[in-house]
Amino acid sequence: MSTRTELIDTLAGLALFADLSRPQVEAVAHTFEEEYFADGQRVLRQGFSGSNLYIIVTGQAAVHVDGTQRAVLSRGDFFGEISVLLGEPPAGDVVAMGPLRCLALPGPDLEVFLLTYPRVSYRMLQAEARRVRSANLWR
Amino acid sequence: MAVKRRQPQSRRRRGAAQPFPPGRYPVVIVGSGPGGLQTSYFLRRLGVAHAVLSADAAPGGMFRRYPLFQRLISWSKPYAPAKRGTRSYEWYDWNSLLADESARRALVPERMDGTSYFPSRAEMEQGLVAFAGDARVRVRYRCRWEATRRTDDGFALVTSDGEYACRAVVLAVGMAEPWKPDVPGLELVPHYVQTQAPRAYAGQRVVILGKRNSGFEVADALLPWARQIILLSPRPALLSIHSRSTAGVRARYLLPYEDHALGGGVFALDAATDRVERTASGYRVVATGTTRPGGFAFDAEAVIAATGFTTPLLDLRTLGLATFNQDRLPALTPFWESTTVPGIFFAGTVTQGAVGLKKHGIPSNSGGVGGFRHNARVLAMYLAEKHFAVVVPRSVVRPDEVVPYLLSEVARAPELWNQRSYLARVVRFDQREGPRDEGITPLAHFVDASGPDAVAIVLETDQTGDHHPAVYVRRDGRVTEPVLPSDPLHNFETAEHRAQLTALLDGLL
Repeated sequence: MSTRTELIDTLAGLALFADLSRPQVEAVAHTFEEEYFADGQRVLRQGFSGSNLYIIVTGQAAVHVDGTQRAVLSRGDFFGEISVLLGEPPAGDVVAMGPLRCLALPGPDLEVFLLTYPRVSYRMLQAEARRVRSANLWR
Repeated sequence: MAVKRRQPQSRRRRGAAQPFPPGRYPVVIVGSGPGGLQTSYFLRRLGVAHAVLSADAAPGGMFRRYPLFQRLISWSKPYAPAKRGTRSYEWYDWNSLLADESARRALVPERMDGTSYFPSRAEMEQGLVAFAGDARVRVRYRCRWEATRRTDDGFALVTSDGEYACRAVVLAVGMAEPWKPDVPGLELVPHYVQTQAPRAYAGQRVVILGKRNSGFEVADALLPWARQIILLSPRPALLSIHSRSTAGVRARYLLPYEDHALGGGVFALDAATDRVERTASGYRVVATGTTRPGGFAFDAEAVIAATGFTTPLLDLRTLGLATFNQDRLPALTPFWESTTVPGIFFAGTVTQGAVGLKKHGIPSNSGGVGGFRHNARVLAMYLAEKHFAVVVPRSVVRPDEVVPYLLSEVARAPELWNQRSYLARVVRFDQREGPRDEGITPLAHFVDASGPDAVAIVLETDQTGDHHPAVYVRRDGRVTEPVLPSDPLHNFETAEHRAQLTALLDGLL
């Protein structure tokens, strides 16, 4: 994304930010920082403290738990929030599968961010509910 | 005809006096700011031949022109808990370049006049000029890098003086190009670098687009002159005292923010600029609130775009160089090499393109001299060992000295304090040779690359603001991350710290 307009258009197209006004999306674009990860680079590290929230903008990432791949994440998916919300190290690695662009929010800023944008909190809750449902289907 | 004859003669005379004529060199460094000077110094110490090219006429880089209002935001404390000229003192002096010889250290505070512990731009520039002179860092000045080509064994740099072939390029070109986002009408207003002397804004209403350091720097300078100052940007101002990093607005620019907080007439608003229009008396800025809904329209005599800078990457994108941050920074490995074009390295402020672990959201300090001068030493050693087969001996650490050594490092090492969560002190454990000091290494490399049993110690700042040592222990290829306690006086050499670290290294010593 080389322009501000492209970045805002991309964010506005993500489910997490679908309920925000355009100026709010612009504020979000300035609140998060864009990060780039090369193929095979670790974004989140299992067992390490102090992680952050990431949202995938382009590309894919694999979730590895104890070295075993458990899931593949793609555009619009987010990760790291459980670790930040619970104050616990992530339970798995997240590794770039090819070039990966993410938006990153510092872990300590997540609470204020979610309280500032309750519609984002609601969307995040829906995504978590889907994950719980999927997890239960496997039991 | 006479003019035509004089120009080539002048170029020949200059070329004859200048070092590094066009040709083949193992490494070419571009830039004569602090990043270029520091990298050249350490490469030479390691015996790696290289050329240094600069479009400027003298050393100093951006400090030959900026900060605009002539005072830095990073400290150099003339009197500090550590003795001037020692390694520990470097933590208290973020602006002097590093040197192995004590006489070449701490050159900036030597030139400070005592009116502030932030050096003036001129004092900083003089310190850099002195370093280049004392350390005999040779540079081919007035030689502009213009284009880049891949070759069979590296790269060819096309410059205003001719072509340079090399195996590796180190670009220390700064984030020096003014940058504006694609807001309609923003092309009508001057960028931060075009700001006039404060007196020129006497009695004017001034809208400053941007609430980062450059925006607040301008606002601070205009406080005694402007009739009203309005700072606009989509997100709330991030202050360094809250973010606990130099990425936030520094305390010395907080007067406009205090004025805003006390209702004194300055406004720092969270609003996205929709467009800027020209009016008979100046400009109209139309914006929409972000954290609070609502529209704004400000008529102002002056508008200044304090919207930041970008890296002059020229044609590197056509070689496949990946960028991020709205195309402003190259994506880099932990050793500051392009992730997509191996052999192209960066030094100086652009090394912030390597993000690192960013523990608790704290970024590296690679954007500032205080941080990137340490990167330059690590980069030089990496280049020397990886590309030029230089063998740098590692010193032996007695097993009973490992714990006190690591704790003293995390308590005082300037590399660890300047580059929290980014640079680590590493000790490797070899069953035959015993513990070896591996030196300073990017933490991301230590935790993500395989290697022998080893320990890395870094300084980290958690979400409560506490500074504490974090220990990364690698056993059988697996890295764990225990965190040691913080201490209100940053004393990490207590009996408790020693006991905990000794237990963590059980079986390795």
